[in-house]
Amino acid sequence: MAHTLIEKLIGNKVGKEVFPGDIVTVPVDWCMVDDIMVAFAAAKFEEMGFAKIWDPDKVVLIYDHFLPTTQADDSRQFRAGNAFADKYGLKNVHRTDGICHQLMTEAGYVKPGDIAFGTDSHTTTYGCVGAFSTGIGYTEMAGILGTGELWMKVPESIKVVIDGTLPSNVTSKDVILRIIGDLTASGATYQSLEFSGSTVDNMTLASRMTMSNMAVEAGAKCGIFAPDEKTCEYCNIPYTEKEKALRPDADASYSRILTYKAEDMVPVMACPSLVDNIKPVSEVSGTKVDQVFLGSCTNGRLEDLHAAAEILKDRHIAPYLKMIVTPASVKIYREALADGTLGILSDAGAIITTPGCGLCCGRGGGILCDNEVVVATNNRNFLGRMGTSKVKIYLASPKTAAMTALTGVITEA
Amino acid sequence: MGRIFKFEKDVDTDQIIASQYLLFPTIEEMKSHTFESLDAEFAENVRPGDFVVADENFGCGSSREQAPSVLKALGVKAVIAKSFARIFYRNSINIGMPVIVSKELHDAVSAGDEMELDLENGTILAGGKTYSCTKLPQKMQDILDQGGLIASLNKED
Repeated sequence: MAHTLIEKLIGNKVGKEVFPGDIVTVPVDWCMVDDIMVAFAAAKFEEMGFAKIWDPDKVVLIYDHFLPTTQADDSRQFRAGNAFADKYGLKNVHRTDGICHQLMTEAGYVKPGDIAFGTDSHTTTYGCVGAFSTGIGYTEMAGILGTGELWMKVPESIKVVIDGTLPSNVTSKDVILRIIGDLTASGATYQSLEFSGSTVDNMTLASRMTMSNMAVEAGAKCGIFAPDEKTCEYCNIPYTEKEKALRPDADASYSRILTYKAEDMVPVMACPSLVDNIKPVSEVSGTKVDQVFLGSCTNGRLEDLHAAAEILKDRHIAPYLKMIVTPASVKIYREALADGTLGILSDAGAIITTPGCGLCCGRGGGILCDNEVVVATNNRNFLGRMGTSKVKIYLASPKTAAMTALTGVITEA
Repeated sequence: MGRIFKFEKDVDTDQIIASQYLLFPTIEEMKSHTFESLDAEFAENVRPGDFVVADENFGCGSSREQAPSVLKALGVKAVIAKSFARIFYRNSINIGMPVIVSKELHDAVSAGDEMELDLENGTILAGGKTYSCTKLPQKMQDILDQGGLIASLNKED
């Protein structure tokens, strides 16, 4: 029978043909535990009475939300994480290397065809390399740490096809925001979003990562791309028959198919305070902005910093406006430092911060107050996420964010 | 019978429990901040046995298990919504709090109304009317019956 990409991936893992709705127990290739959840997961793990972790080498512990700490109690999580890692022999521990979702592929863990679970909802990001990955709670994580497996329902799939060449001011962020607007915040709940078409074939892995990252904002269980030569190059593995076979059948059955022409896409924003409140930038342009945030696991990569630097080179951001730039990882930070990108952004007046989640999760520097407006490249504009519940958060691409920083009002790139 | 606390669609986990409270050492210390940005008096007013009734996509957003945990700690007996975000749904079952899908209830009731839930038969009684609600898949019902994932895993041992 014909199958979607996610059905093939799960079928390979459990060694039998699977269909949407089947409840299967899958073996887990990777577990990601972040600093917010590690103390809770560790406590639940001990409460469950496990003597050891099923395979400590498949567990990755990453500190990112509290880097560097901003409140007196934050470092308690690091101490709890260190104690857990020492006690159970975890070797894959990243204490200052960057955001978990960047590191899980960048540092060479997750590969095409793998199954990964993480204690953070944006674990969907690893779908960019053709893996199945999704977020879970800490009790469930404790269960996997002890058993190495998890039960799940094989999801139905929504096929998203984008063909053609994107206009120069439109990025993969605009594409995924548009898709979320069309699906709504719950339109893909429990389902797999499967991206394809010539536009995504031509995208960099970094751009695909942005789309997989935000799949969860439409409620999706995962957002997945079939692996290609570029994927394997990024993952440092040969492109073999195994990866080539990991693609959907042409006559697979989908719950829904969305088709887009890239040339019709325009820069868009998610307006306050829902991710599916999508409007063309041209409709909200002119709105005065207090701060711009360029960073996060959605858009804190080298190509995102390059896009901003191209706009801000030899220019200066608007007076009164603050621009915060937070590279997604130390590797990206160093690359951007070496090629002059950070210098350009700094010359333009941006505040460059240490790699990590930063302002995205409302813990880093840059917290705002009532009625302030922020244009941000991250993935959520929920009430109260970056300060008080009256802060207005607009989500946009790095290009729109940089143009806005330049003018001080929302501006199309 | 328990009272209904009513919420609209797309209630996210930041609204249920904001990130600045996630690191409080215990759920007991967090729970007074439940729904703070939506209904600052919720934690004070809710009583054990009450229900949260919501529109579509309840619990969207982050994977924080603290969201269903604070509701359970405040004594919320169940959340009944038109639909749930998947991580919130799994987390609720894993901590032993029923999450029930009813397409009709939200539009038919008002905040403060009283209701009764019959989990076994999949029915809700409110305002003299009976509404049907979805029963859980067996795998989830088993976990819930045993009082959550920890109790369930301990039992397997």
